[in-house]
Amino acid sequence: MGKYILKRIGYMILTLFIIATATFFLMKLMPGSPYANQAKMSAEQIKIMNQQYGLDKPVFQQYIIYLVGLLHGDFGTSFQFNNQPVSYLISSRIGPSMQIGVQAIILGTVLGILLGAIAAIRKNSWVDTVATFFAILGRSIPNFVFAVLLQFFLAFKLKIFPIALWDGFSSSILPTIALAMAPLATTARFMRTEMVDVLNSDYIELARAKGNTPWQTVAKHALRNSLIPVITIIGPMAVDLMVGSMVVENIFSIPGIGDQFVKSITTNDYPTIMGLTLLYSFMLIVVILVVDILYGFIDPRIRLSGNEGSN
Amino acid sequence: MEKILDVKDLQINFDTFAGQVKAIRNVSFHLNKGETLAIVGESGSGKSVTVRSIMGLLANNAHVDNGSIDFKGKDLLKATPRELESIRGNDISMIFQDPMTSLDPTMPIGKQVAEPLLIHGSMSKKKAMARAEEVLELVGITNAKNRMKDYPHQFSGGQRQRIVIAISIVNYPEVLIADEPTTALDVTIQAQIIDLMKELQNKIETSIIFITHDLGVVAGIADRVAVMYAGKIIEYGSVDEIFYNPQHPYTWGLLNSMPTLDTSSDRLYAIPGTPPNLLNPPAGDAFAPRNPYAMQIDYEQMPPFYKVTDTHYAATWLLDPQAPKVEPPAAIKKRQEEYHQLVAEGKIQSSVKGGAKDGE
Repeated sequence: MGKYILKRIGYMILTLFIIATATFFLMKLMPGSPYANQAKMSAEQIKIMNQQYGLDKPVFQQYIIYLVGLLHGDFGTSFQFNNQPVSYLISSRIGPSMQIGVQAIILGTVLGILLGAIAAIRKNSWVDTVATFFAILGRSIPNFVFAVLLQFFLAFKLKIFPIALWDGFSSSILPTIALAMAPLATTARFMRTEMVDVLNSDYIELARAKGNTPWQTVAKHALRNSLIPVITIIGPMAVDLMVGSMVVENIFSIPGIGDQFVKSITTNDYPTIMGLTLLYSFMLIVVILVVDILYGFIDPRIRLSGNEGSN
Repeated sequence: MEKILDVKDLQINFDTFAGQVKAIRNVSFHLNKGETLAIVGESGSGKSVTVRSIMGLLANNAHVDNGSIDFKGKDLLKATPRELESIRGNDISMIFQDPMTSLDPTMPIGKQVAEPLLIHGSMSKKKAMARAEEVLELVGITNAKNRMKDYPHQFSGGQRQRIVIAISIVNYPEVLIADEPTTALDVTIQAQIIDLMKELQNKIETSIIFITHDLGVVAGIADRVAVMYAGKIIEYGSVDEIFYNPQHPYTWGLLNSMPTLDTSSDRLYAIPGTPPNLLNPPAGDAFAPRNPYAMQIDYEQMPPFYKVTDTHYAATWLLDPQAPKVEPPAAIKKRQEEYHQLVAEGKIQSSVKGGAKDGE
């Protein structure tokens, strides 16, 4: 297992390098430059600025300089956000984003699994219909609509939650719910389909033939087997959340990182784009690694290579 | 002989989009203590549905419309779900057809074998695991001690069926229902599993209902045989009576389509036609359209059971005193002759008395 994880970390670094390279050159293809849109600056001034940030050098040379910086842990300095180092920009704003992201994915998957399981067990009953209805709703309505609705009713009208204010856990509840809707709906649909299949399988019949009650059968045999494919979709859902969080963060005025990402792209803030892209890629790769490790725990047939050798 | 299970007038219908499928039409049979009863018939004849009703494991769209299943003085069809759960895996247990899919892929086999003990007994987990290990050893899993934590995918098909059998006998059930336990296995493994079941039956003194469509398997394991066709039992008797002195044309067809060592022609016999649609079961003998010996009455009226011997009954109009005598197919006739010879030599105990058309 340890050997396997080491190997995976090696691949992660390689992947990040490729992403960094691709992003760097693609970014340079974007129209405009960091200062070109600022009419107030004279050509002279822009030239000085370009020189200061090394933007006058050939692109390939800039790339090498950036990579060398990266190796030293230097993500560069933002052109836009008060000339802060990108590393500071990220570390000071990653907290709220991570918090609502992680909360949303946990809330969404756990509730989704429960809802899907119940819908499968009570297949074709009213419970199933209601669960399916909400799953379709959650899947088809964008999360910013939920965000606005939640904000309007629960924060503005009923004043249960703070509006557009970032102040601890209570202000993270609404954005978490808004973000959790899509993963909840997806997980519920997936879980239901899987569970219906599993409940029709021979080993479930054998479990019933052993004298298990229906609920014991689900708890001991059906749940774990249904989870295997559901875990697969956690990775893509995490990506969805990262992207989706940008708009939701905006609505709830969360001092998070999503907002910054959008701004950095519209203003050609190269170091910030690079830093955030690498961060998102890193998080995604970690999620995929965690999912792969989870697989092994849940399904003995896909135990990772390190374990296989001992048999 | 003491009856441990007595099924009477069982009627099971399935609701489908196309209408009501009359899957089981007045089936009655019993299981004596310590014997093996084989239920044979082609796919769709209702074998599995019959035994699943004993376990209370029918599909949701199935309903039992009539009948009783008496087990130790209790009607299983009237039992509550709770009562059935306490019987399942304890007094009555079941071996399923496909060992590749009947074990939970994500649970170590030791735990799976110990599960019925933990559900039904007050045994400690440690004791249950020790017992599971013993039973695994008993069914022929070598080195069971070190394999308790292994998962189903680490075993071969034959080994998996042994594990499934271990699960079914771990609580010493009084009735063991085997639903085509050898169908998914290759022939050499089939023989091993049959031997194992016979051996276990002696060791744990259980009664077995053995479902199969393979008559070769029946000869090896059964004491008595019931032949099912289109949701009805059409003939039953001791294994010798069914094999050597069959009376129903369907049983003739089944036996004829089984290859034997002296099958001379290069084509295997097949019963012509297909089983009837049980959405609208025929009024008379369901086999009539495929039966070369069918008479007018076969299409019009359901034949009653005619007694051949005390243990042998067949539902065919051919046994009616008014029916014309017919010659069974040559191969069947040969079997009957062999039978009489065996009886004459004293190799078979029961003799055939008063068979309507023995050709004697």
